[in-house]
Amino acid sequence: MSRRVPLEGSFAAAEAAKMADVDVVAAYPITPQTHVIERMAEFINNGELKAAFIPVESEHSALSACWGASGAGARTFTATASQGFFLMHEVLYFVSGLRLPVVMVVSNRAVGLPANIWGDYSDAMSATSTGWLQVFAANNQEIFDFTLSAFRIAEDARVLLPFMVHMDGFTLSHVTEPVILPEQKEVDAFLPPYKHPYPFDVDNPTLYGTIATPATYSEIKKAQDIGIRGTLPVIKEVWNDFGKRFGRYHNPIDSYKTEGAKTLLVVTGGLSETAKDAIDHKRAQGEKVGLLTLHLWRPFPFEDLSKAVAGADNIVIFDRAPTLGGPTGPIIGEIKAALFDSHKNMKAAGILGAFCGRNLEVAEFEEVIDRGNAICKSGHQEMVETVGIRG
Amino acid sequence: MAKNQVRPNDLPTWQEASFGNILPYCGGAKEYRTGDWRTDRPVVDKSKCIKCGMCWLLCPDAAVVQNKDGTYEANLFYCKGCGICVRACPKNAITMVEEGA
Repeated sequence: MSRRVPLEGSFAAAEAAKMADVDVVAAYPITPQTHVIERMAEFINNGELKAAFIPVESEHSALSACWGASGAGARTFTATASQGFFLMHEVLYFVSGLRLPVVMVVSNRAVGLPANIWGDYSDAMSATSTGWLQVFAANNQEIFDFTLSAFRIAEDARVLLPFMVHMDGFTLSHVTEPVILPEQKEVDAFLPPYKHPYPFDVDNPTLYGTIATPATYSEIKKAQDIGIRGTLPVIKEVWNDFGKRFGRYHNPIDSYKTEGAKTLLVVTGGLSETAKDAIDHKRAQGEKVGLLTLHLWRPFPFEDLSKAVAGADNIVIFDRAPTLGGPTGPIIGEIKAALFDSHKNMKAAGILGAFCGRNLEVAEFEEVIDRGNAICKSGHQEMVETVGIRG
Repeated sequence: MAKNQVRPNDLPTWQEASFGNILPYCGGAKEYRTGDWRTDRPVVDKSKCIKCGMCWLLCPDAAVVQNKDGTYEANLFYCKGCGICVRACPKNAITMVEEGA
């Protein structure tokens, strides 16, 4: 029997890693990730989980230790946030380049300066092209589900890539919600043992991390890019199997009240739950609006997006990370680019807000929809269009 | 192109690129002709060489080899022409000569 227990997002992530029976945890504490790693340390200390906990002196070392552990054939887990995520940065590329299925939970947080600890996606959006598979959770159940299924996807012989699960710092990581936990034997049946095709082996030495010249680098990068894109069917297959076993089906993009919708609001992460209330209000007033929650960020679900927006006239995209001096927000830019060629008659607007833990109320999401529709109608978009920011 | 050059004609396509930058064997650097990075090559005056082995010891690329008579010279397949051996030689027996000169 599954159990329904109150868990904050950090503990939901740790429960998933524990039930996945990870072998190695290497991490360095940083707010708001700390509870994930404290809970992992407790599990190992009290004997609930047989694993090696490697305390390290920095996030750069944390992910480097994960790289070694994963290459040696260990199921490996880590977590970080914000500045720590940035200290990991060059190692992110090495882990994906070596195709090691490390699973990492990122407790999303704004980036200094100004110094801060609260949530937005400035850290996550710095990692767009690092070669990691990436998903955004919208609630604590999704944190558990995405983290658990991340191991199965990452370790699949057709994938073998690292996986990042993003959760909103504080608003998910430190907020308690009921989470349904499966039985251990159900998890064991879902998640086969990890086997890397070329594990570190002194008897059969292999060369990890080749050098590439101008004559060979481009082919390797193209293979990596196409390889990452090719994981989408496997991700869907695993999430479908997860649904059959556990009763919860996950999708690259979730649609909410999109039937007959002429305007679609696109929101990522926990604020999409608030946006649902705004959609309810708008629908009650007879407005044809719906919500798309973007979960899968890498590989980007181009076809799913195309299907999800079918029939809509206006797309209003909400983004939680500024791209200073660039094309508005990263998700806004990406969705506009994804639809540009194939949806010539569709209008799109992008609005930024909720930086560094600033909350957005239901009424403000209604404002986002109204202003987005006005932008689509007028055809004029300010480069930096914000909501909930004074002035 | 000639054998053992850096860019042979049969380089892998992207479909053939190594999985995860992993080569299922070791010692691949042996195949890599770093000698064509060189602009100047070390030339040993055997009459001055006292066979002390300092050039062999200090070569950063292990590109100095010992001859049967006990003297040393550079393996030009690997020697990058850094000139450290010239500085290391206590008898000034090694000089750098411009390639092609």
